[in-house]
Amino acid sequence: MKRSRFPMAVTASVLVFFYLPIAVLVVNSFNASVYGGRWEGFSLRWYAKLAGQREILHALENTLLIAVSATLVSCALGTLAAFALHRYRSALQRWHFTLIYTPLVVPEILMGMSLLLTFVAAGVRLGLFTIFLAHVTFCISYVAMVVLARLQDFDFSVIEAAQDLGANAWVTARRVLAPMLAPGIASGALLALTLSIDDFVISFFVAGPGSTTLPIRIYSMIKFGSPAMLNALSTLLLVVTFTLVWTSQHLITKGEQAK
Amino acid sequence: MADFLEIEDVSRHFRNIRAVDHVSLTVRKGEFYSLLGPSGCGKTTLLRMLAGFERPDTGRIRLDGRDITDLPPHKRTVNTIFQNYALLPHLTVRQNIAFGLQVQKKMPRKEIDEAVDRMLSLVQLESQADKKPGLLSGGQKQRVAVGRALILQPQVLLLDEPLAALDLKLRQKMLMELDLIHDQVGITFIYVTHDQGEAMSLSDRIAVMNNGRIEQVGKPAEIYEAPRSSFVAAFIGDTNFFEGQVLELVGDEYSRLNISGFADLVCFNDKKISAGNPVFLSIRPEKFHIGRNRPELSPKHNIVRGRVEDIIYLGGMTKYWVQAEGHKISITRQHSRFFLDEEPIRWNDDVWVWWHADDGFMLERYSEADENLVSLPPDASGTAETAQ
Repeated sequence: MKRSRFPMAVTASVLVFFYLPIAVLVVNSFNASVYGGRWEGFSLRWYAKLAGQREILHALENTLLIAVSATLVSCALGTLAAFALHRYRSALQRWHFTLIYTPLVVPEILMGMSLLLTFVAAGVRLGLFTIFLAHVTFCISYVAMVVLARLQDFDFSVIEAAQDLGANAWVTARRVLAPMLAPGIASGALLALTLSIDDFVISFFVAGPGSTTLPIRIYSMIKFGSPAMLNALSTLLLVVTFTLVWTSQHLITKGEQAK
Repeated sequence: MADFLEIEDVSRHFRNIRAVDHVSLTVRKGEFYSLLGPSGCGKTTLLRMLAGFERPDTGRIRLDGRDITDLPPHKRTVNTIFQNYALLPHLTVRQNIAFGLQVQKKMPRKEIDEAVDRMLSLVQLESQADKKPGLLSGGQKQRVAVGRALILQPQVLLLDEPLAALDLKLRQKMLMELDLIHDQVGITFIYVTHDQGEAMSLSDRIAVMNNGRIEQVGKPAEIYEAPRSSFVAAFIGDTNFFEGQVLELVGDEYSRLNISGFADLVCFNDKKISAGNPVFLSIRPEKFHIGRNRPELSPKHNIVRGRVEDIIYLGGMTKYWVQAEGHKISITRQHSRFFLDEEPIRWNDDVWVWWHADDGFMLERYSEADENLVSLPPDASGTAETAQ
């Protein structure tokens, strides 16, 4: 029997549907044309122009500052949460898990709005700090889930073995737990970093004057800026995101192979 | 010799399960001591309390005169070999063995390196020193675990079913290696196992545990030849049980028993069970003699008549099952001059079965909890655990 070509065709069209717009965007970022309707020759002028935009650089600075700090804090808290979820059995753990898991499924717009209302009610001035808090809120969940998955097949007898050999709690954490969980925490961190850099909806709600992040800047550029420069900026963002996700995936699979 | 490790009235409960129930034991210095029992009998919990991973609810543990009951694991001069070895997967063999010395900062780096080299050669792992545990075979992992513990020169080495994860051939090899290592280093070994064969062949003494309690402590031969409870008789090796009653005492050491279907039997009565009490008579399969002709016997022998129901020839010995007055008796017999034997025993032969009064043991009736164990066919009762 001849194998049907149908599955192949479906796969191909799905991939085209997914990636064609991105491909168009990337190609257009190298297009000399201002509006990108027609190919007017290869050019890096949009990238060059981008470098001169102080507002964009400032937004990038904000984004990176928030991403790095939110990642660090959510990694510490997320790892601890995952550890507590895995290690201790009690009736409250089901609620604990639900609380950690919920931010992954709650619509972003809802989270953004509720955070905004909370900050306003609490009298917190909107700005970089509120964005940072908001990002930590959802990043914790991602880190906790990734680390928890690593803990599922973590053999805790090695902890007892380390204690048995004379290591106290601190030495055990530093010399056994940390190196063994490092790939999990690192992939969680990269995921958090990506999400934080990318986030638009929640940031948009809780941003204040002077705390514009890159995604928010991009959004306003659609309305008031040059679309060609936007293509270049988006392509750069795409490269960063893909690199982070790929590294994160690589760490996860590498961690699995090591066992 | 003075008692080295003293376990005094130690208990540990998990919710309402008594994992270890008022256990007292003493272990001598340099001894190879086994805790033997079926899974769930509390032997591992007891071991974990010695290592410091569990705190006893009651009782004290003393090592070399010092109370260690409340000491955390990393402060005890006791090391454990875990059932799954629990090697540190991110470290090489060499680093695994050096780990204890490094974290305890007992000696300068150069001396640690030398000690590790010596240990690598003791456990024959020089060629594997720079591999990670994931690349080692089961036996090699086992040897890393042994080396990692021994390098700290513990006062007591705890072994938690260390051979359970190995296949039969390797298990026998490691059994001999462990025995050899024990002789070489002279450290006190406490060995937890459900495998009576391992316990019998290695131990100086064995404590048989059941339902969180110690059933009997003794040398391997004492435990096998003179079981003190029906649980021990059934768990260690094979045995035949006969339910009956004490009729009267005969002299200081013997008594007459009534067992349904049989004429009155004579039995060794070391426990001085008085007349009228119900008992179980336990007799090991190899203690029986079997023949087609009635032999001349002393008054200290018992003899019954039966019919051969089943025969299994095993080469080294033959197993017979004889139906005698409603009792099914399992008998093993070794042969000499097998082909020249004038009258080999066959199926459905009428035979005589006899034994010496000293080879029977009167035991208390087993409790309900042991029912499962004892109602198994005689040849399965002792080995059911091993088969897992």
